[in-house]
Amino acid sequence: MSESPPSYTRVLAVLARNSFVRDMNFRGNFLIEVITAMFWMTMMVSFYLLIFQFANEIGEDTGWTKYRFFVFLATTMIINGLMQAFVLPNAAEFSELIRLGNLDFALVKPIDTQFFISFQRVNWSGYANIGCGIALMIYSLIHLSHTPSWLEMSLFAIYIACGLGILYSLVICLASTSVWMGRNQSLYNFWFYITTFSRYPMEIYRGPLGEPLRLIFTFMIPIMIAINVPAQIMAKGLEGAEWELAVFGLFATMACLAISRWIFSLAISAYRSASS
Amino acid sequence: MPVTSVSPQTWWTIFRISLEERLVYRADFALGTLMRFIPIVTQVLLWQAIFEALKGDDVAGYQYNDIVAYYLLVLVGRAFSSMPNLSEGIAQQIRDGQIKKFLIQPIDLIEFLLITRVAHKVVYYGIAIGPFALVFFLCRGFFSGWPDAITLAGYATSLVLAFLLGFFLEAFIGLIGFWFLEVSSLLFMYMLINYFLSGHMFPLAMLPEPWASIAQAIPLQYLAYFPTQVFLGKIQGEMLAWGLTIQLAWVICFAILCRIAMHYGVRRYSAFGG
Repeated sequence: MSESPPSYTRVLAVLARNSFVRDMNFRGNFLIEVITAMFWMTMMVSFYLLIFQFANEIGEDTGWTKYRFFVFLATTMIINGLMQAFVLPNAAEFSELIRLGNLDFALVKPIDTQFFISFQRVNWSGYANIGCGIALMIYSLIHLSHTPSWLEMSLFAIYIACGLGILYSLVICLASTSVWMGRNQSLYNFWFYITTFSRYPMEIYRGPLGEPLRLIFTFMIPIMIAINVPAQIMAKGLEGAEWELAVFGLFATMACLAISRWIFSLAISAYRSASS
Repeated sequence: MPVTSVSPQTWWTIFRISLEERLVYRADFALGTLMRFIPIVTQVLLWQAIFEALKGDDVAGYQYNDIVAYYLLVLVGRAFSSMPNLSEGIAQQIRDGQIKKFLIQPIDLIEFLLITRVAHKVVYYGIAIGPFALVFFLCRGFFSGWPDAITLAGYATSLVLAFLLGFFLEAFIGLIGFWFLEVSSLLFMYMLINYFLSGHMFPLAMLPEPWASIAQAIPLQYLAYFPTQVFLGKIQGEMLAWGLTIQLAWVICFAILCRIAMHYGVRRYSAFGG
């Protein structure tokens, strides 16, 4: 038996291919999910088109004018699409693996358990959201007459990855609690509701209610960084981005990933198989 | 197909069992209710930002306070009209054959579901009244005071009708499962349209033509927008009476559609398995 470590890239490719084959077995369902994603994008854009009939920008002197805000919206769609494609189906599955005792099969596989649990399923219809987000971004950038430089695009990609890292960490922490709680439906709802704070420009968090929320969700649970930093880079350019926040974002991502890894390890060590 | 009317004794038994079943998860329920208010916080801040950079004096006749009050009241409307898992539950029972028991036992599926839903809602309001009262107390500054007795009576009626409309509408979608078996995609589409055209996402007064007329013509506005408008005093007098009549007509329409779907559905139904 070979002792060489598995190729994670190859395993990921195989898992993605298997998921694709499974998704293609239900082509009608896949098509409907794609149409639904497009419909959702249309609804969101329509809502903000209505808003911009009444207001010039989101927040006075925030710089989030119509098409800049659509860049923000597009970034949200891209990150949500990536989360739906890679992370969320697996997090939901993780809870069930624990409850039914099927986590045993993952633990005995000669591969890192967190990697396997996190990426064993890819929901390909999540790409519809990503496609819609990219289309909206291109459309908005054309209207802004702004062609992003290579540096801006590279930083955008890096901060999208950081955003995913932060949100992934939050999901994995919440999913890990299934080991102690058995089932945690409320915590998944908690994830959905808590991430609503990340879906708006951080400039709207002002006043006695907004300011504490901005501080909490920037420095304690840094989900506001996930979308705000890449969106600022793309919509406002390098001169409009907040560099202190961007640098903090890098450290916050690393810290989140480390903490989530620690919590996942704790959960695995506390896991006791269920059923027979 | 049994069309037996359920006796009050049976009604009470089903109601009591459903009530106890629901109370098992009361802590989870209360937590879930409180979390539903989280998006309201972001809505309040979003609209505050919108009003800071407003071009005119108001948004489709709404001032900032009205908008916040609107979103809070929409939550109340949705608490009455939303029917989690109703359609999926019916479709699943059709798919896996559980619906057989309603075909051979002297109880009607729609009546049974209505009683259990009433019980679930009673538990929901019993537990949710705490978080609701807290949030409304904290946000009392956004309201201009209590409306008059007629408006309150109209509001209460519209909420009861919103509950019935939501029930029959989603039950009808579930009963389509007799023909398609899987209705989850259809339901998801319905929920998206519902979110947009029931007034959950924004006040429908903001819609331009022809969308405003379309929203007026379909029943979805009666699930959340109409009751909210009644409480805010934007629909009064004859308009209120007329609105409640149309809402009642939609309830009757979907109740009949449910009966028709059930009648023809069971004729189509084939039970498999043991």
